[in-house]
Amino acid sequence: MKKLMIGNQAVAAGLHDGGLGVVSSYPGTPSTEITEFLAKYDDLHSEWAPNEKVACEVAFGASLAGARSACAMKHVGLNVAADPLFTLSYTGVNGGMVICVADDPAMHSSQNEQDSRHYAIASKVPMLEPSDSQEAYDFTKSAFELSEKFDTPVLLRMCTRIAHSQSVVETSEITPAVLKDYEKNPAKYIMMPGNAIKRHPFVEDRTNAIADFANDCMYNTVEYNSDEIGIITSGCSYLYVKEVMGDNASILKIGMPHPLPDKLIKEFASKVKKLYVIEELDPVIENHVKALGIDVVGKEMFSILGEFSQQTIAKAFGLEDKESISADSEIPNRPPMMCAGCPHRGMFYTLAKNKITVHGDIGCYTLGAVPPLCALDSTLCMGASISGLHGYNCARGAQAEQKSVAVIGDSTFMHSGMTGLVNVAYNATNSTVIILDNSITGMTGHQQNPTTGFNIKGDVAAKVNLEELCKALGINRVRVVDPYDLKACDTAIKEELEAKEPSVIISRRPCVLLKSVKLLPSLKVDADKCKSCKRCMGLGCPAISMKDGKAKIDNTLCVGCGVCKQLCAFDAII
Amino acid sequence: MKTTSIMIVGVGGQGSLLASKLLGRLLLDEGYDVKVSEVHGMSQRGGSVVTYVRYGEKVYSPIVTEGEADIIISFEKLEAARYAKYLKKDGLIVVNSQQIDPMPVIIGAATYPTDVLAELTNKGMRVEALDALSLAVQAGSPKAVNIVLMGKAAKNFDIPYESWIKAIENTVAERFVEMNKKAFDLGYNC
Repeated sequence: MKKLMIGNQAVAAGLHDGGLGVVSSYPGTPSTEITEFLAKYDDLHSEWAPNEKVACEVAFGASLAGARSACAMKHVGLNVAADPLFTLSYTGVNGGMVICVADDPAMHSSQNEQDSRHYAIASKVPMLEPSDSQEAYDFTKSAFELSEKFDTPVLLRMCTRIAHSQSVVETSEITPAVLKDYEKNPAKYIMMPGNAIKRHPFVEDRTNAIADFANDCMYNTVEYNSDEIGIITSGCSYLYVKEVMGDNASILKIGMPHPLPDKLIKEFASKVKKLYVIEELDPVIENHVKALGIDVVGKEMFSILGEFSQQTIAKAFGLEDKESISADSEIPNRPPMMCAGCPHRGMFYTLAKNKITVHGDIGCYTLGAVPPLCALDSTLCMGASISGLHGYNCARGAQAEQKSVAVIGDSTFMHSGMTGLVNVAYNATNSTVIILDNSITGMTGHQQNPTTGFNIKGDVAAKVNLEELCKALGINRVRVVDPYDLKACDTAIKEELEAKEPSVIISRRPCVLLKSVKLLPSLKVDADKCKSCKRCMGLGCPAISMKDGKAKIDNTLCVGCGVCKQLCAFDAII
Repeated sequence: MKTTSIMIVGVGGQGSLLASKLLGRLLLDEGYDVKVSEVHGMSQRGGSVVTYVRYGEKVYSPIVTEGEADIIISFEKLEAARYAKYLKKDGLIVVNSQQIDPMPVIIGAATYPTDVLAELTNKGMRVEALDALSLAVQAGSPKAVNIVLMGKAAKNFDIPYESWIKAIENTVAERFVEMNKKAFDLGYNC
């Protein structure tokens, strides 16, 4: 049956129908739905791991045990999982193993624009790259066979446009999951120098063998339409090229960006007068083609930055530009923001009011950076708030310690905040860490994590006690505060910054979007009492605005959190 | 047959994903090749959101570029103006006349343009505005703005009324079907 599926759903279906036994992942846009869709199947094991390194190692263990396994992550997640990846290349697999990684050109929801193809090259692991949901299904399903045939994990590269675009998928016969035998094999699976030295030549031979296979495989396809123009392209760039060029150019579509098919590329290049490489982000294919001694036009015509579109291709080739009209008025931006009633707001307001230097982290609370709160000073990567704060305090000393904090979410703390906190305790800075515990992984769309007490299926699971954990990591001062209580936030921050030892404040209140949260009646402004001081506007709450000189609360947005009420000196908010 | 391009634009949380799901399902059932490109993640937190729906005999690109949209369905006035440049010549904008102030306007760093829809009309664009929020409330829920707007836009598709109703039945949860059908009719008949 034909069905519309987003690319991530097609990957999930491909993994399942290819005989998947175990999947372990950490959420990250645009990869999250792969594992969410897999969690709906009851004939395989699915889980959210605390981070991508754990997820990748779980998939390794499952493969070793003889099951077909997978893990999924966003591009920066692969940085975290890079350690197991590079040596997995040496061990190879028992059951087939697929590592799904989703890049985010144009950074719709990411902190950088890195190109995962470099990881395939660096780790010497083959990579597949689909260009629509049907290919996402077909490539993923076949990836297990590729993995087992060549004794290698396989990287599957998605990007935002493929991951989050729905297109038609026709599924095929399901390969039932089987558990292969497990046999002890130290030479293959114990990567100490004596064994690894012998595995390295195997890896090099394997890459050569796959490169040879790549010249004639389902992933790389050629459409000969023209002797004049030849285009080598891949992923969503292929779609834009086809949209614009139709049958007016010959196309070599690369579905396996590593290892690249030298023979096929040379043959294709020899049949066209002018050769182009059209690929988003880095010139990976282009550099390879140039290294083969082939003259090609690439990044001088097509940017290294952001996403392409059919318009990018049309403009580059000087084809007709479509007529369009714009409004003359200046259109104000509409940036994303913290929701009305967001528990992070009270804490950020208090930090900004006290002019604290705030080392931020990755999550909804990164939105504390935007006006009017402007509460953050830095955001680097998962976990960097705590380790960054420690380094900042090492460099600037006691005065900095009394004016700076780290903020990190519950899920991010589990991901990679714990080791930073151990370092704070062990190497002794009087750092103050605020764990924004909203009882869920928020930004990626509400996934469970080890602090929530539920697993990926929504079943009750072991629940990490954050207070006890922080104490066990060496922090003696641990306190809990309700971020809806501004006075309590203020007291907690001031006391912990003053303290002569490291401390943790757990700012605890569940995400207001959780179905389990009972919303309170919306508040309103008594216009007679409102003195138009705009103090409530400093919260940046989307429910509050100024209308005819007075504050007004939108009752469709307000959830009655009461934070604004505490700010009003004239009791105008009721 | 050439590819038709639709854009559904609005503010994160207004329900554009359900609208695109409905439209995608409907077009697939009508026998077209369909691509729907959505936005997830950060943009959902009250930011500007855009969904592309393209259909035809064979669709390649999942996205719509400037001067290409046959119809823009906008859940909010300012968002209609923001994406107006994507409309092709003679294209149509169906817009909810609701105003939702973005944060720069709320904090006084920017102003919401006055009568932005009249400006688009004066530029020669076909603009059909309606108070979809009131109609949605009339149907039973302010959340049905999405389906009211789909009802309003429906007449511009070469698809019978019955197919739209069937798509609603297939897309929304059973207990909301009647309310959404009512919302669709209110949009369709206004």
